[in-house]
Amino acid sequence: MKSFTTHTGIVAPMDRANVDTDMIIPKQFLKSIKRSGFGKNCFDELRYLDEGQPDQSCEGRPLNTEFPLNFPRYQGASVLLTRENFGCGSSREHAPWALGDYGFRAIIAPSYADIFYNNSFKSGLLPIILDGSTVDQMFTEMYETEGYELTISLKNQQVVTPSGQTFAFETDEFRRHCLLNGLDDIGLTLQDADAIHAYEVKLKDQSPWLFDAFKR
Amino acid sequence: MTMTTKTLYDKLWDAHIVKQRDDGSTLIYIDRHIIHEVTSPQAFEGLRLAGRQPWRIDSILATPDHNVPTTPKDRASGVEGIEDMVSKIQVKTLDENCDSFGITEFKINDRRQGIVHVIGPESGACLPGMTVVCGDSHTATNGALGALAHGIGTSEVEHVLATQCLVAKKMKNMLIKVDGKLGKGLTPKDVVLAIIAKIGTAGGTGYAIEFGGQVLRNMSMEGRMTVCNMAIEAGARAGMVAVDQTTIDYVKGRDFAPKGEQWDTAVASWRRLVSDENAVFDKVVEIDGSVIKPQVSWGTSPEMVVDIDGVIPDPVQEKDTVKKAGIERALEYMGLSAGQKITDIQLDRVFIGSCTNSRIEDMRAAASVVKGRQKAANVEEAIVVPGSGVVKAQAEAEGLDRIFIEAGLEWREPGCSMCLAMNADKLGAGEHCASTSNRNFEGRQGYGGRTHLVSPEMAAAAAIAGHFVDVREF
Repeated sequence: MKSFTTHTGIVAPMDRANVDTDMIIPKQFLKSIKRSGFGKNCFDELRYLDEGQPDQSCEGRPLNTEFPLNFPRYQGASVLLTRENFGCGSSREHAPWALGDYGFRAIIAPSYADIFYNNSFKSGLLPIILDGSTVDQMFTEMYETEGYELTISLKNQQVVTPSGQTFAFETDEFRRHCLLNGLDDIGLTLQDADAIHAYEVKLKDQSPWLFDAFKR
Repeated sequence: MTMTTKTLYDKLWDAHIVKQRDDGSTLIYIDRHIIHEVTSPQAFEGLRLAGRQPWRIDSILATPDHNVPTTPKDRASGVEGIEDMVSKIQVKTLDENCDSFGITEFKINDRRQGIVHVIGPESGACLPGMTVVCGDSHTATNGALGALAHGIGTSEVEHVLATQCLVAKKMKNMLIKVDGKLGKGLTPKDVVLAIIAKIGTAGGTGYAIEFGGQVLRNMSMEGRMTVCNMAIEAGARAGMVAVDQTTIDYVKGRDFAPKGEQWDTAVASWRRLVSDENAVFDKVVEIDGSVIKPQVSWGTSPEMVVDIDGVIPDPVQEKDTVKKAGIERALEYMGLSAGQKITDIQLDRVFIGSCTNSRIEDMRAAASVVKGRQKAANVEEAIVVPGSGVVKAQAEAEGLDRIFIEAGLEWREPGCSMCLAMNADKLGAGEHCASTSNRNFEGRQGYGGRTHLVSPEMAAAAAIAGHFVDVREF
């Protein structure tokens, strides 16, 4: 997994609440058996004026020029600013993969859906929670300032605005540790293999029906 | 000294702790892992790249459901009948992964194949007291058994494959208590839509929800599954219902359920899977079931729901600017205007199916409404998609397929179908659909498609009338 320490980047808006994972990456693209290549179809139904197909080149597809991510001023954006309950709906990890593949490294919102929030950390994408009024302020500043950039430090758990204003955010210690170091958490869990085996011994004794059920 | 009282969720959580780590995270043991073709290929690839093996093959049950065709003609030739090459590769990849690791899989034309969340409880693979995960957000369906069940992403699918555990943080406890008596024609789907309308799509974020109260106690297992299924639409990863005699009776005799002496031991332990009296919930929501009316979603979020005798809301009356913009956008997408009566919405298609409403009881309910009647001419297509081969066989044994076909509806093969339109079953742009599924997001059932979430009875009545009608007067 890609690590995240500090990052400075252009901020782009997704100015609506309840952005669902179907919107982030429509289902036809989930047919891929790969983990990469979803960026060109991120927000497909909003970015383009036609219906996208998997394995189709997006060069030459008609762009929706009213969609902010298509505005020249937001090209190269790597921080997505959005509203409440971002990432609701399906558990598809293709959503953070698509956002990451598009070029986003961090999202800022007042709240996230649980599964999306969790998936993002696993995919090297940092979902930052800031309160509604701070998010409002950032929207205002971003709309007013072309090339509006934010600097994010995961280590210090801070977002710094161009005027130097600093906002603190919180993350779980374990998730932060993994993301800061780009760690494979499967490897970490396997360090506890003895504890897992011990649990299973106890489980087999107490609830033997949980094992080999498909042989019944 | 006071004894600590526990909620059902507390009990399930505590029983599955492998290790409490210093950083505040917990290793939780996973009893049952269900996999399907869409969210597992990258997990198997990750496993192979790291040179790892699945930890416990006998905990895994697989089936293809999202991409499978549902027309009998396409289905007849199995995987080869999938016309979309990309979909075909995905289903084949699942088969190959399961074959190479020796994972039990109900393949495309196995009698037991079906939607993951239907086959889990139906086969007895998912049982009370278990932790159940699947790379699919509607996994909470299994919570109806008194299990801790929730959706996970693909990285976590790989993590569970490799370690049999999840690194988790305990959620908060919410109790949603629905008391009173449901009126005639009212269904579990109306109950859960009314719950979502009340608490909102983010109302359950961070919580595990226990659904309780007299209405849930009186509900069948199929109905409880419908309610738990949509916990995620209320923002909660996990929904559950306490074990009672209804639960035990449902599980008994299922293929993979324990038998003989093991059955007795299991039942004794399952009976403890209820929240203690005086257990403390972080949040309690009380709903009077007796006032719930048939529900219909009008917008593009599952919380955008009104009663059948209601009208489309007016954004002018919403003070919150973000919410107001959301209502305006939804009205535009849905092609509806404020003040319009729900019963005036003309329908192009009807979909009866999905992990929310494709169990035998749903089939029976829909069939009882259409029996002896004819589909309206303006409804171009009305499809009935059973949740599994077992449901299909049972429905056919009861003659339900004939009832649907005689009424002008189509009887299909099991799969996720038009709930998310990954196969060939989809809405055309601008088409309105009465759907028994769980999500009405933009484009969910097809590019530009317009979904209205309803119960099977309401969908069936709408297929006959050509527009929404109050099933209580139908």
